[in-house]
Formats: sequence, C-alpha cells, structure tokens
Amino acid sequence: MAGANETGRQASAAPFAIELKGISKAFGPVQANKDISIQVAKGSIHGIIGENGAGKSTLMSILYGFYKADSGEILINGRVTPIPDSQSAIRAGIGMVFQHFKLVQNFSVLENIILGAEDGAMLAPSLSKARKVLDDLSREYELDVDPDALIEDLSVGHQQRVEILKALYRQAEILILDEPTGVLTPAEADHLFRILRGLKDQGKTIILITHKLREIMEITDTVSVMRRGQMTATVKTAETSPEQLAELMVGRKVLLQVEKAPAQPGRTILEVENLRVKDDQGVERLKGISLTIRAGEILGIAGVAGNGQSELLEVLGGIARATGSVRMNGQPLDLTGRHSDGQSRRADGIAHVPEDRQVLGLIMDFTAWENVAFGYHHAPEFQKNALIMDNAAIRADCEAKMATFDVRPPIPTLAAKNFSGGNQQKIVVAREIERNPDLLLVGQPTRGVDIGAIEFIHKQIVALRDAGKAVLLVSVELDEIMSLSDRIAVMFDGRIMGERDPETTNERELGLLMAGITGGDAA
Amino acid sequence: MTKLPTWADVVLVPLISLLLAALVSALVLLAIGQSPVEALSVMVKGAIMSPYGWGYTLYYATSFIFTGLSVTVAYHAGLFNIGSEGQAQLGGLGVALCCLFLPWPHWSLALLGAMAAAALFGAAWAAVPAYLQARRGSHIVITTIMFNYIAAALMIYLLVDFLRPQGSMDPASARFPAVVSLPKFHELPLIGDFFLRYTPDGQVRLNPQGLPMYQKVPANISFFLAILACIGTWILLWHTRLGYMIRAFGKSEKAARYAGISAVKITMITMLISGALAGMMAINNVMGQAERLLQNSAEGAGFIGIAVALMGRNHPIGVFLAAILFGFLYQGGAALGLETTIPIELRIVVQGLVILFTGALDQMVRMMLGVFFRPRQA
Amino acid sequence: MDYATLLQMLDTTLRLATPLLFACLAGLYSERAGVFDIGLEGKMLMAAMCAGSVAYLTGSVWLGMLAAIGGSLIFALAHGLASITFRGNQLISGVALNFVASGITVLVALALFDQGGRTPPLEGGARMAEITLPLAETLRGVPVLGPFYADVVSGHPILVYVGLLMVPATWWLLFRTRFGLRLRAVGENPASVDTAGVSVKRLRFAAVLIAGVLCGLAGAYMATGLQAGFGREMTAGRGYIALAALIFAKWRPWHALWACLLFGFFQSLALRPDVLANIGLKIPVPALDALPYVLTVIVLAGLVGKAIPPRAGGEPYVKER
Repeated sequence: MAGANETGRQASAAPFAIELKGISKAFGPVQANKDISIQVAKGSIHGIIGENGAGKSTLMSILYGFYKADSGEILINGRVTPIPDSQSAIRAGIGMVFQHFKLVQNFSVLENIILGAEDGAMLAPSLSKARKVLDDLSREYELDVDPDALIEDLSVGHQQRVEILKALYRQAEILILDEPTGVLTPAEADHLFRILRGLKDQGKTIILITHKLREIMEITDTVSVMRRGQMTATVKTAETSPEQLAELMVGRKVLLQVEKAPAQPGRTILEVENLRVKDDQGVERLKGISLTIRAGEILGIAGVAGNGQSELLEVLGGIARATGSVRMNGQPLDLTGRHSDGQSRRADGIAHVPEDRQVLGLIMDFTAWENVAFGYHHAPEFQKNALIMDNAAIRADCEAKMATFDVRPPIPTLAAKNFSGGNQQKIVVAREIERNPDLLLVGQPTRGVDIGAIEFIHKQIVALRDAGKAVLLVSVELDEIMSLSDRIAVMFDGRIMGERDPETTNERELGLLMAGITGGDAA
Repeated sequence: MTKLPTWADVVLVPLISLLLAALVSALVLLAIGQSPVEALSVMVKGAIMSPYGWGYTLYYATSFIFTGLSVTVAYHAGLFNIGSEGQAQLGGLGVALCCLFLPWPHWSLALLGAMAAAALFGAAWAAVPAYLQARRGSHIVITTIMFNYIAAALMIYLLVDFLRPQGSMDPASARFPAVVSLPKFHELPLIGDFFLRYTPDGQVRLNPQGLPMYQKVPANISFFLAILACIGTWILLWHTRLGYMIRAFGKSEKAARYAGISAVKITMITMLISGALAGMMAINNVMGQAERLLQNSAEGAGFIGIAVALMGRNHPIGVFLAAILFGFLYQGGAALGLETTIPIELRIVVQGLVILFTGALDQMVRMMLGVFFRPRQA
Repeated sequence: MDYATLLQMLDTTLRLATPLLFACLAGLYSERAGVFDIGLEGKMLMAAMCAGSVAYLTGSVWLGMLAAIGGSLIFALAHGLASITFRGNQLISGVALNFVASGITVLVALALFDQGGRTPPLEGGARMAEITLPLAETLRGVPVLGPFYADVVSGHPILVYVGLLMVPATWWLLFRTRFGLRLRAVGENPASVDTAGVSVKRLRFAAVLIAGVLCGLAGAYMATGLQAGFGREMTAGRGYIALAALIFAKWRPWHALWACLLFGFFQSLALRPDVLANIGLKIPVPALDALPYVLTVIVLAGLVGKAIPPRAGGEPYVKER
C-alpha cells in the first residue's frame, strides 16, 4: 500500500497528522465543544478520554465531516483541510469506526468493504481486487475475517474488524475509533489492541475515544481529557497515572454537601442474588450482581456509564428481563414472567426515577398532569369509577406536587417537552417519591439539572431515606454518589467491583475501581 | 425549521392543506376545460343550500364519522389502520345477518342488535391483523390492505352463494323487513318539518290521504349515534384509563414499557375498538339507507376515514367537522355529476390530495407556514 | 383437463402475470432502496390512462407507452418528494396518490373522450402487436413442447417478453453492479451509505423513478396490450396484488417472477371456473380472487419462512451519529 513510503517522507517534515485549532460547536443552547485544540503526532496513538456527554464524539464527528464546526480549523499533515462531508474526510485519509457500526447486516464482508469505494460500475472487478487487498491486510495486521461471511453471522468483534478493514481499504492514514471496546469481550479487546499496535508500527495515526482508563494507560502515547465540552488537559501517557486521569475526568466541581443525619438501617428491603442480563445481541450486560439494601439507607452505585447500571435499574424497574433471584420485602420478584412488568413492580412498592427521563420517564407530548399519573394510571385515587379516570383529581395532584417541588412554571396543562430539564426531572421525582415507595430506584437524578434543582432533589432523596425507605442510587457523578450514599458499590463491566464506605473512601480509590482496577493490579 | 404555535398547527395546517388540495383540484379542472368557480357553486348549492342537500351531506358524513373515528383511535396507538373499509364491509354483513334472520319487534331493538353485530363483525375482521402485528410484528398496513381485498371477495361469495334471494340476479341480499327500517330525517319529529314539500305557492303538498309529503333523504338517526360515537371516542381517549394507555403507547412504546403498559394488549384492544367503529358505519348505510346488503356496501367510506382522520387532526371534534366537509364534498360531487359535465370522480381527487397534503406533505405545509412564524430578529 | 385447455390457461397466465411482474419489480426497486410503495396501483392506473389516450389520439402505441411512463413518473416524483425530500409518511403518501390517480384518470378520460371514463377501443398501430416467435409454426408439430412453444411462449405483445427479460436484468443490476450494491445498502442501512460518502437521497430518488418507469410499462401493457383501451379502475387492485407478490417473493427478482406467475395463474383460473369444475373441484371464484391476499397474509404471519423486508424500509433517513 501507498502508506509505507509516505510515512518516511512525512516523518522528516514532522508536521502533525492532525491538528485541531479552536473547534467550537453548539447544538442550540448546548455548547458541545468549546474552543478545542489538539495536536496528534503522526504514527502515534492518541487517546481522548472523558465521561459520557463530555463532547468527545461530537469532536470526532466534526473531524469526520458528519457535523460542521461553528468555528475553528482542521489541519491534516500541516495543511488546512476543510471537511464539509464524509467524502472529504475519506479523501483526506481519515477513517472512522463508529460506536454503532455502519455495516449492512445481510451483505458479505467484501460487499461492505467496497461499498462506496467501488472501482467501476461492475462489482466483479472491485470484489476480486478487494479480496486480494483484504488478504494482504489481514496477514499484515491480524485482521483475519472470512471475506464471504455475512455480517449478521459475525461476532461483534469481527464486525469491528470489518469496520477497520473498510477504513484501511480506503487507504486511511488516520483511524478514529469511538468507544471500540464497549461491545467487546476482554479477549477481543486485547486482540483489537494488538491490531492497533500493528497499525501504529506501520505509521498509521490512531485516535482512540474511550471512557476507560485502563485502555488509555495500556495503549496510548498521549491522552487528552475532555470534560463538559472542554479540553482540560493533554498529557503524555507515560507521565500520568490513572489516578490523575480520573481526577481530570471527573473534575472537582463545587461539592454540594447534603446535610444528613447518620443512617439508621432497618430491615432488609431488597436482596439481589446472581442477577444476569443479556442484551439483544447476546452480550452479557450483568454478570452476576448481588447486593442488598436495607430500610433507611441509600446504596449508591458508582461507575462509568455503560457498565451495567442501566440494566440493573431496568430489571428492578420491570423494563428488562433477567435471570437470578431478587427478593423484595422477603418476597421473590418475577424476573421473566407475567409479573415482571412495571405495574407489578409498582405494586410491590418499587418506584423508579429512570436514567433517561425524556425517553422513559415522561411522555414528552403529554401534559404535566398526564405525566403525573404516568405509571400510576391505575391508582385508585386517580379514578372516578371503574371506567373513567378522575382527570380533575390528577390535575389537582399535579398542582400540589408542582407547589411542593417548586416546578416552574406551575402550569399542569403545559406539555412536558416545554419544561426545562430540571423541572421535568422534578415532575418525575415528585411522582415517584410521593408514592412513598419501600424502594426508590434513582438513575442519574441530576443529569442536565440546574444547581438549585440538584440540591432540592438531593434533599428529597435523603428525606425519603430518613422516612425509613430504601434507595438505590445510580449516578456517574462521583460527587453525587459520595455526598448522598450511605454505602457505595462500584460497578464495572457488569460486576460489582467492591463496596466502600463514603466516610472512609476517596475519589481516587473509587476512580480506580470504576476503571476495573482492584487493589493488586493497578497500572 | 421554525416551530409553529399549537393553534397554528391544529387549525392552520389542515386549512392550508385543504386550500392546497382545492388549488390543485382547481388546476385539474382548468386543465380539463372546466370552471372551478362553477364547480364550487354547484357543489355548495347541491350540498348545503337546501335541507334536501343537507339530508344527503349528513348521511355521507355519518359514515365518514364512524370510519374517521376508527382511523383516529388506531392512530392514537401509533397504528395506521387502512382496513376500515374491509371492517365496514364486514360490519355490513353483521347488520344484514342480524336484520334478516332475527325476528325484531321494533326498529329500536333491531338497531341495538345491529350495532352490536356490526361492531362485533368489524372488530373480528380487525382482530387477525392486530394479532399479527402484536405477536408476529407483521406490518399492520399491509395486512389490513390484504384483509380489505379478502373482505371484498368474501362478501361477493356470501352474497352470490348464500344471501342472494332466489331468482335475483343482483349480488345483494334480500330487503330487510320493514320493521327494522330506521327513521330517516324526514320521518323524525321537528327535523322532519325541514323536509316538507311545498307547492309553488308556498303550501305544504299533501298526498291523496291528506297527509303532508316529505322530500325523502337518506340521513337517518344513526347520525345522532355518530355524534354519540364522537363523544364516546373523546371520553375513551381522554377520560379513561384505557385511552390514557392507548395514547401513551402511541406516543412512546419505550416509555409505555417503563410504565408497565403491555404492547400486545394495547395493540389488540385498540384495533378491536377501531374495527368495531368501522363496522358500526353499517348501521348508517346498510340498515339506515340501502336496507339490504349490497356488494361493496362501504363504497370507499373506509378510505375516506383516513382523510377525515388526518384532516380532523385525529380529534373527535376535528373528525366531526372533517366528516361534514367530506359529506359536503360527496354530495356536492354528486350534484356536479348531475348538473354539470364535471365528473363525480373529482371528489376522489380532492380526497387523495387532502390525504397527501395533511398526511404525507405535512412537513412541507409546516415549512411554508413557518415563514410567517419566524421570530423577528432582534 | 386436456392439454389444449392447459396451454390456454398457461397462455392467459402469462398475459395476466405481465402487469403484475412489471409492478412487482417496480416495488422491488423502491422497497429495496427503503421506500415503501403502496402507490403501485395508482401509478399503473395513471400510466394505463396515458397510454390509452395518447395511443388513441396519435395512433401510435409507442407514443402511448412514452406517455404512460411520463404519467407514472409524475406520480413517482410526487411520492419521492413526500417521502424522501420532506420525510413524510411513505404509506400515507402511497395511499393518497392511489386515490388521486383513481379520480384523475376518469376525469381526464371523460374530458378527452366523453365515453364514460374509458378511451375508445384501440385498433391497428395503437395496439401492441402480438409477436410470433421464430419457428413457432414449424415446431408446432413437435409433441408436447411444440404446442407449448407455439401457443404459450409465442404470440404475445413485446412487453410480455420485456417483462420476462426484466427479471434477469433486475437481478443483474441489483447483484452485479455498483448501483445495485448501493441501492440494496441504502434500503438496509442508509447510514452505511451516508458514511461512505454517497448521497442517500439521490439513490432513493433513482429507485423511486425506476419504479415509476416500470409501473409506466405495466400500465401501457394493460391498456394497449392486454386490453384494447383504457377503462376506469382497469387495474382493479393489481398494484396491491403485485405488492403481495413482492412480499411473497421476499423482495427477490426471480422469486418475484414465480410469485407473479402463480398469482397470474389464480387470475386465469378465476376467469375459467369451468376448468376447476371439470376436474371435480368446486372452489368459488371469489376464493381464487382472494388467494393471493390470503397467501400473503400467511407469509407475513411468518408461517412459511419469515418475510423480512429491507430493514430501513419506510423510515425516512435522518442523519445522526
């Protein structure tokens, strides 16, 4: 391939393979990227680390021509290169492996590889050329896949290889991988890293987007940390530590310490044993979770997003099915059958503030008062008789909740989508907490919520705990976990890595657990 | 794109769509050498300028209200029921069997029985597509289209081989007994007075028995049942738990799952209600007007239900108004066919265009309107 | 049933299957590209009217055919505008266009000819001539195959043969060319095409327009080949049968041919109730009429293998990461 001799020439001139200067991008009021500059040396592996929503993916999409930056410049090999669309990115030698693969499921590997990069109107010559190139590539980089296999028959790891091959077939010199190990088993991830090292040795430049510290430490040469749309630091991997990165990633924002009395745990409310969940693609998302929560305590689940917390909430909330055993107030919960739905969970005294209020917790087109009955539309106080719902009662209930929770504007007839994020969340929290459940599941209670509302919501959660109820809190915000929880469990890769006491632990220790590093094997 | 205020979305979008449909229809008329102005005036005169015209307009509207509600209920659960036509045909079968083979003492009891039969048969015809959608994920649009054709074939078979009276050549059932005949508008107290016949000097015409003569119109008391159905649908959708669950499911299947609302159950129940509403149309056209079961009894009213629902923004009040509009279009179209050389098929063109603009090109209409609602630059 | 009757039936089957085949392949292009097309019926009807009218007025069947393609393309463009450009509901758009076609064809035919919505009967050069294939008469003497060749295969208007040739041509285009690869990809996962730097909209429009041309041919054949002129509602649900055949064929060209021949055979049986009666089967004609639809529902229900439509079918493509 042409790559090899170009490498030599470029190396002497030594411009950066990629240089971003002052990239900014806003979606409406949300500033996804704020004045970001990066330099990536040719032939290196550069990591970009940050939490979900930090703006990593937006930045890479700008580089791949999917979005247009509001301002800023892109330099490829030292030349200013405008990238208005994906075609330009491909021409500039950039290849991207998306988190969600862009493959045609019922096409063969070869067909997927040549799609959009065919050599002529006929397929046959393109296919036979691709077969040969593929053969070379797979020998060179351990990228072996059966060229005639259909994508839908391949494992996720192999599908990812096809994506990489697609980029290499288009002679990409710069390869961007977005959360590439999210869907891989550890063995597959190791294999991927071997491939990436091989590519680097051949002079390719690689950008790895991830939120996993271990990967950054293992494979990158340099690493940039992003937080809330900004680049907080760029350091040489050899000169940093996971602890430092964790700190940079999570950041030290104003600690919102919640006033709370010591917990007085009572009887056991929830016992979870060996809970396992597989997703649609057959990947195990929960790998044997066991935990207990007692009355009057808050169990906080810390962890980087995507390590099984969502699945845990969904199973307990009656959205997803699972195997294992869950006992609520001593009674076993149905995890697969007719009584594994949300209604049964509510009847069992479980309330659920879901992680994504806009997708799960609210019907955005419904009014506030209709949303106040959501999930509790069978509640006796909301019925006039066997058939008719008591809309007036629901509206009155909504008004009362709006007053107690200071929802603004306090207009029950306003559609949910017209409230700000914080006020939407208050509606959900009010609905769930005022049910006075035995167990409250809370996912990301303050994501996208303004400071004032955060404090208020935190107080409500603590008040519920003080009333002798159990709370399971899932949050990616360490501050929140630290200040609210009475016990902290850290999840990583579908498992609970360990439990800590918030009084005695610190962010560094939790950060390591979140990265899957337990005591002995810290990098 | 500029976001429209709610009132503009509810009122202006359908009106502009209607205007666009009218505009394109006018162009078609001009292209075939006819005068759109004349067409409109004949339609207005024929459909709404006389009690007689209204007697037909409201007859058509009655059918369209039922089928419009049928499409509306399904729409709120996120289901596009194109099968109202077939369900209405089956409803007709239910009505016919009920009227022909049961000894009714009075039309009012027969009406109750016929409504039950119509609803039952219509719902039954919607049940299979609903089940296939809910359990096997077969697209309800395709299955309901297929069921429309299967219904048509089934009706021909039953009419020709079973229901046709001996010696008749028509593929139609025998006439229903007189006792089950529903009161028409001209036979009703108070309303009937509008339909009195007058002599040129303004006297009420009398028949040889000395009783007043009336203009006979097909509109019948099922119009009032249609209004009840509108109210019922409104109550169902916005005041019952079931309606709440239907709307929640239609807006977001994922959120419905969070709330513990069963997708299978809601899909089935909604389609059964939708089918029942479509079937109930038969009390208007089969029992109220034809008084026997004809081949193709629904005459496309099931499809007009789509236009009515879209135009009426899937709200019973809107459906009611849109149904009257389409009733006007149908009766006016008939007047065109009688009094001008403009073919009656114009109404199908308008119907298609209304569906196109309100249902498929609504984004375009919104974009056009958006120009006027753009916030002023500071 | 004797051999002569069988040949007659097969001959009719082929004639009746041809419009189904054109429409079915039209749907295949459109739906393979991810655009549902319920409007096959309307496009065919429009094309039939254009073909009948122009053929009558000009006396040329070929000008009629061009007009048919033109008329069908206008509807295809409207469908593309609604479902691709404005990302409207593809199903509603198709349904709407069918109604427009149903009305407008009668309106125009009445305005032009004033004969109750039909065109005057076509004669001579305004009709498609039946082509006798080479050696048809010479080979007639060959037992079994001779009469089959002479009576069934030979003696049809050219579009019948074009329709049959469209099957391998479509297969070749879809599975052997760059265009076909991209077209199939855009119906399965438009993001794969978009990230490869190819325009999703352009591909989908191309597919929708090809569907327009094929429906044009279907309509032209109906009005000038199968019958001698246009009559109101002359397509009589064939667009929907074609849709059924497409599902039955699971969106594959060769299977589409077999499905259309099968459904064409049902139609020819429905025309000859005596044939079934003669072999002692008493199947009501309406049952034969309904058979294609019933079979399609059975296929949709997943009782005979699973009919998996193109994955991105019916979804307007919105670029997202």
